[in-house]
Amino acid sequence: MYDAGKVILGIVVFLALVTFPLWYNLAGEASVTAPELEKAEGSQCVEDAEWMRGHHMDLLDDWRDEVVRDGERYFVGPDGQRMEKSLSNTCLSCHVNKDKFCDRCHNYMSVDPYCWDCHVIPKEVM
Amino acid sequence: MNLFFSLVVIAVLIALPWVLVGAAGLDYLFGVIVPYVALAVFVVGLLMRVLQWARLPVPFRTPTTCGQQKSLPWIKPSRLENPHSTLGVIGRMLLEVLFFRSLFRNTRSQLRDGSRLTYLADKWLWAGGLAFHWTFLIVVARHFRFFLEPVPWCVSVMEGLDSFFQIGLPIIYLTDVIIIAALTYLFFRRIVNPRLRYISLAGDYFPLLLLLGIAVSGVWMRYFDKTDIVGIKELSMGLVTLGPVVPEGIGVTFFIHLFLVSALLIYFPFSKLVHAGGVFFSPTRNLANNNRVKRHINPWDYPVKVHTYEEYEDEFRDVMKAAEMPLEKE
Repeated sequence: MYDAGKVILGIVVFLALVTFPLWYNLAGEASVTAPELEKAEGSQCVEDAEWMRGHHMDLLDDWRDEVVRDGERYFVGPDGQRMEKSLSNTCLSCHVNKDKFCDRCHNYMSVDPYCWDCHVIPKEVM
Repeated sequence: MNLFFSLVVIAVLIALPWVLVGAAGLDYLFGVIVPYVALAVFVVGLLMRVLQWARLPVPFRTPTTCGQQKSLPWIKPSRLENPHSTLGVIGRMLLEVLFFRSLFRNTRSQLRDGSRLTYLADKWLWAGGLAFHWTFLIVVARHFRFFLEPVPWCVSVMEGLDSFFQIGLPIIYLTDVIIIAALTYLFFRRIVNPRLRYISLAGDYFPLLLLLGIAVSGVWMRYFDKTDIVGIKELSMGLVTLGPVVPEGIGVTFFIHLFLVSALLIYFPFSKLVHAGGVFFSPTRNLANNNRVKRHINPWDYPVKVHTYEEYEDEFRDVMKAAEMPLEKE
């Protein structure tokens, strides 16, 4: 083999990059399984859990636009109950703990939603 | 025909997981076995190609010279375009690998006023290629949020910059838009230009379509047909920590995405895509142009038995003297 030193150095760098996730996760000793979410206090969400898992951000985005731009502050839930379109007052009244609900998945997936740029977390006010 | 063949292969690659996961429920095959096999083929195949290249001797310096060679002290040498030192070669390789310096020289010939041949700078291929390669790198790096727990800060920073303009929700990644635009351009470039279409092979269309399929299926999952992203991270974390699990409820789009990526990994070492490793082995780029400074001896030169003139004269001195031939030594 010609230029063995350089070629082997390149191969070592390549293998280190490819196997990097293995070493990193072994060294970190962090749990590799999905996070547990805290049970909600209410019995009925505005949509079913399956839909909410994928689309909660769409719902919140729509709510924000409807409330802020059109002034439509209320909606009728699936059980006929009139509710306020509000992250802090409606969502977080059942999912009381942001740390144990929102943040668990967001941290696991490295998602940094900008909700809290404007909204205050209710617990912090109290 | 080449285009048609590539399209059929892509359609089959998309249909396989669609049918076999969606209808036959072969989650474990497509979620665990195929990705492991693909990664093994990618790593072993690439190493074999690299070792094969490394076994070939390059006895002479054959760099393409694109500037003034190192010469007399008062003539300014072009250190990057015609490097004479290792440092210059490293600079040249960095320019080549990171910014595609040689493609930047691309020209287009054109007849003007009927008969006058002119050459024009043509930067479109360079721009499209650069846009694709860099966004692809960023997209791959962003995917490390699925492979690392906890997610390192550099990945989060990259995501933050990539979603800088906060358009839509989930926020649209700028690289998603650029990579699809670049790949679409590179693909249609081959179809629209008749001369390019004439020289394009299945091996040119297929990788572009495959990458486009990967990008579109990824975008489709993120923005349109939502999949259980937490379940996907469980699967990917299981794969990289060698304890594979396939959680329930992952949409079939994800398996199509994963299968196309696996196909790319398997295809990589045996196709033109291997230029990722090959660029480091190109003798026209990675050698210093120092032929006039240093003697490079061919390693496979046969050891020729030489008979010098001195020895010849010693052998035939008497005969030559008798014939009155001029001698160097009396």
